[in-house]
Amino acid sequence: MTAALRQTWQINLRYLRAFIRQPAWVAIALVQPVIWLLLFGALFKSVVDIPGFEGTSYIAFLTPGVAVMTAVMSAGWNGMGFIEDMRRGVLDRVLVTPLWRGALNAGSLLYAIITLALQVLIIVGIGMLAGASFKNGAAGVAVLVLVACLLGGSVAALSNGLALVAKQRETLIGAVTFVTLPITFLSFTFMQKSLVPDWVQSVARFNPVNWAVEAGRSATGAHADWSLVGSRIGFLVLLLLLSATIATRAFNAYQRSI
Amino acid sequence: MEHAIVARGLRKRYGKVQALDGLDLSVRRGTIFGLLGPNGAGKSTTVKILTTLSRPDDGEASVAGVDVLAQPQRVRRAIGVVGQRPGSAEEATGRENLVLQGELYGITGGELRRRVDEVLERFDLRDAADRPVRTYSGGMQRRLDVAMGLVHQPQVLFLDEPTTGLDPEVRAALWSEIERLARDEQMTILLTTHYLEEADRLASDLAIVDRGRVVAEGSPDALKSELQGDSVHVELAEAEPEARIQAVLARVRELTRVSVDGRFVHTSATHGATAVPAVLAAFESSGVKVASVSMARPSLDEVYLRHAGRRFEDADLQEAA
Repeated sequence: MTAALRQTWQINLRYLRAFIRQPAWVAIALVQPVIWLLLFGALFKSVVDIPGFEGTSYIAFLTPGVAVMTAVMSAGWNGMGFIEDMRRGVLDRVLVTPLWRGALNAGSLLYAIITLALQVLIIVGIGMLAGASFKNGAAGVAVLVLVACLLGGSVAALSNGLALVAKQRETLIGAVTFVTLPITFLSFTFMQKSLVPDWVQSVARFNPVNWAVEAGRSATGAHADWSLVGSRIGFLVLLLLLSATIATRAFNAYQRSI
Repeated sequence: MEHAIVARGLRKRYGKVQALDGLDLSVRRGTIFGLLGPNGAGKSTTVKILTTLSRPDDGEASVAGVDVLAQPQRVRRAIGVVGQRPGSAEEATGRENLVLQGELYGITGGELRRRVDEVLERFDLRDAADRPVRTYSGGMQRRLDVAMGLVHQPQVLFLDEPTTGLDPEVRAALWSEIERLARDEQMTILLTTHYLEEADRLASDLAIVDRGRVVAEGSPDALKSELQGDSVHVELAEAEPEARIQAVLARVRELTRVSVDGRFVHTSATHGATAVPAVLAAFESSGVKVASVSMARPSLDEVYLRHAGRRFEDADLQEAA
């Protein structure tokens, strides 16, 4: 077991080092969510004036949404690492060693989650600089980081799974571009629940992005609904387990295809 | 344990392609064994199965005395593998690649550091150790690949086309290192190659693979001496029925063997020099037009031609097409 954990950590370190060594990549990962936050914050500033909108700061409302949106968008690309490794022969070389097979997926997910946690903290920081105040202090922010990581971990696992089965960059790029925007907009990321059409409300109930947005927003808001937060965390944990199972299955399918 | 690698009746099909069609081989411990064949002959598939990467549809194999299908994890501990493709992480340094590789075998701490330094030194990578692999030359990347295959001190090493694409100088250095491993460390090495010269130089035994089967096996010298004499190759101006060619050449006493492959006629003769004029005379008197004629001393190319029924380069091109 300790060997399995150690190997998972080593695989994660490899991805982290690769990330840190590409300054452009780091810059994009950090700057992009800030742009979302400031751009959407400015664009939809007058949303707070719509009758029925509870709260006075759109930035405070938007920050958890952008944190969750970033989770979906960055984690979607996670499978690219596997595709590169397949192309170069790294994956096959690793598979002829006695390493615990699960370490490859687990290490890659751990990397996705660590980078995501940092991104969310930076987004929260920028939100605060832009004037948002978050209630419930560190506990609220911790919940936001947790739900973003649970959702991002699930998306990263599905991305890995698709990469292992499709083995083509184009397929992954297509899937990520196709899926991320609709699932982000079919939620209460940018607009309060009572102000979106009924059909969006119905779809959003089953949208994991929305589970994370609702939990993160509630935990950092003035009137935290801890039972809602708890249930959404529960759903997201189940989603993560399901996605990890799919990624493991995809890994087995890859091994059979060699 | 006399044999470090044994394979019996390996079969593997990928879609419509029968990659392996009943392949058998056995490799004596502490020797270099060459698996020789054109692209697509089944060499890499054999290596994938023996190294536990892929499972055969049928057949059995053991490596270092362990059943490959029943106990893949034990086999993995005993083997080192250098694949055709690089296999190192480009964005990481040489040292980081080696450390991660050691960790995958459960080697850690001071022991790991010591072994990494040792292989860096041996493969002349010490100065480049802390640079990203992306900045390495082709030869340096190949040396790193071999170093990664050795960091855990395996009993059996698999080298899948180790010198493909390397310049002659780098190739010669790698050859010396491979010879040293077998000689000084009693390592068993299975190497696949489609360079006849490489197999001739390194392997004490070799198997010629064609269309998923072993068509000839033995030491390079034994295989060459089996040819018994020189080869005389004739290219005809146009294809003729095989029966006609056989009838014409039956009159030439110098020939010991005749085979026909389209416009090409391959023959063996005890003395090539005396057979050539006799062959030309026979064709001339029966009105068969000859485009060219050549003679060859025994070589692995001739061995391949004899057993696979086609020229090595032609097979290589056909399979690649």
